[in-house]
Amino acid sequence: MTATVQPVIVPAPAADPSSVPSPPARAGRLGPAASTLGWALLGAFTLVAVWALVCTRTADLPTPAATFTALRQLLSGAFEGQADYGRGIGLQLMSSLGRVFKGFLVATVVGVPIGLAMGASPRAWKAMNPIVQLLRPVSPLAWFPIALTITKAAPTASVWVIFVTALWLVVINTAAGAAHIPHEQLDVARVFRFGRSAYVRHVLVPNALPSIVTGLRSAMGIAWMVIVAVEMMSASSGIGFFVWDAYNAGNLDFVIAAIVIIGVVGLVLDALFLKLGRKVTLEVRR
Amino acid sequence: MTLEIRDVHKWFVGQHVLRGVDLTVESGEFVSLIGHSGCGKSTLLNVVGGLVSADAGAALVDGAPITGPGPDRAMVFQSYSLLPRLSIEANVREAVRAARRDKNKAWGDEMTERYLTAVGLWEHRHKKPHQVSGGMAQRAAVARAFAVGPRILLLDEPFGALDALTRARLQGQLVELWGSESDTETVIMVTHGIDEAVLLADRVVVMANPPFPSIRAILDVPIERPRDRATIGKHPVFESVQSELMTILSEDALTAA
Repeated sequence: MTATVQPVIVPAPAADPSSVPSPPARAGRLGPAASTLGWALLGAFTLVAVWALVCTRTADLPTPAATFTALRQLLSGAFEGQADYGRGIGLQLMSSLGRVFKGFLVATVVGVPIGLAMGASPRAWKAMNPIVQLLRPVSPLAWFPIALTITKAAPTASVWVIFVTALWLVVINTAAGAAHIPHEQLDVARVFRFGRSAYVRHVLVPNALPSIVTGLRSAMGIAWMVIVAVEMMSASSGIGFFVWDAYNAGNLDFVIAAIVIIGVVGLVLDALFLKLGRKVTLEVRR
Repeated sequence: MTLEIRDVHKWFVGQHVLRGVDLTVESGEFVSLIGHSGCGKSTLLNVVGGLVSADAGAALVDGAPITGPGPDRAMVFQSYSLLPRLSIEANVREAVRAARRDKNKAWGDEMTERYLTAVGLWEHRHKKPHQVSGGMAQRAAVARAFAVGPRILLLDEPFGALDALTRARLQGQLVELWGSESDTETVIMVTHGIDEAVLLADRVVVMANPPFPSIRAILDVPIERPRDRATIGKHPVFESVQSELMTILSEDALTAA
């Protein structure tokens, strides 16, 4: 007995949406974003509640409500005022950011080539690494007197301090990136006899770029912290000056409000560099 | 043009990797180097490429000792080794410009286009290496090596990481480029594959670990070209060389284990 085996071809089903089972409903009631936001709000609420509780025990600390009012007041007049002392918080932030960017820019222009040289040449590494390692743990604020002596002006001196702050981080991270070129890329450069310029452009810089950006990101983070301290020491403008001035005037609510603003600006700066870092890293991943 | 390897020795951290290698490769030859891991076949290739210097002995091209990489020799690596930020085209173009500073820009651009077209990548030339498959990346690497216009082409397990179909196609392209279009006279290829070694080469050099000498045997493959990969498996010469290789390599595996 033989049977001819017919291929079985399933016909396409008639379009009938009601017969198609719907995907299972989400297990949780809230999406992950809502969950993240919810917990964040709970954490913030707890902090404010503890803060309010402490305020019932002492009159020195401004209450959350007073601080919120101060914050609104600061933000509403952020870009008003001409004279140094009466300037709005926005103008103060601009002064600080200007100093940070100036110092940061000079540190990048000076630090990246030094770092590349250290990473690419063992001799340059041996010559400069001890200096970098010795000076790196020194608080950048210690340079302030020297800077002040040389520049004779506090704003310029604070730019100098930011430069020193950022320099070591830029140099070290750039050097680390430049020192770890994948073996096969080195072979390519050797076999095809890349000249110095082709090597720097096509092999050295591209490979060092992700860690250069990492260095810039940490440098910016520290620089933003240091600028507040520098401006508290001796300045007549800037966010650090503002904090110190508010303290001297007994306005602790302004101090706390300023801390919140400093935090937000720092967060934004960090996010920008994080985004830049992702961009340069993703480009090469295969 | 003759490549001469004379009594070359190389030590790596106390290991005597190359133990007095003598080998002469004549112009127009395709030579395969085969052997187990650690037998020094890649080291020998790197000595010829000028990436590794011999501790004793010498490698000579037309009587001139090799002291480093040169425009008369180009390499294809197993790991493709394209520069990740450059497009396929820029990878080839920059290599040609760097390696052939004796030629002008137009020459480099022409070679780039010619060889990228030959491997079927001209329309993909603007893509970055991470945007193409492994096979395409390795084709670009092959085009880059040919575009330099080397007289000796050195291949270090060039198709090892590719699937069988892609590998077969690339082997075909390689032989075609070597045979007709290019100035490349001589090819030396390191491989792990017995069939690949016999299919492509005029001579197969079997390398081995101690206690054997570095070069264990040299087998001729007198099969006329062009070779047909579909029927070559039945060729009596192919079968005999294949089984001889099998025997020699399994002996070495036993002593290594």
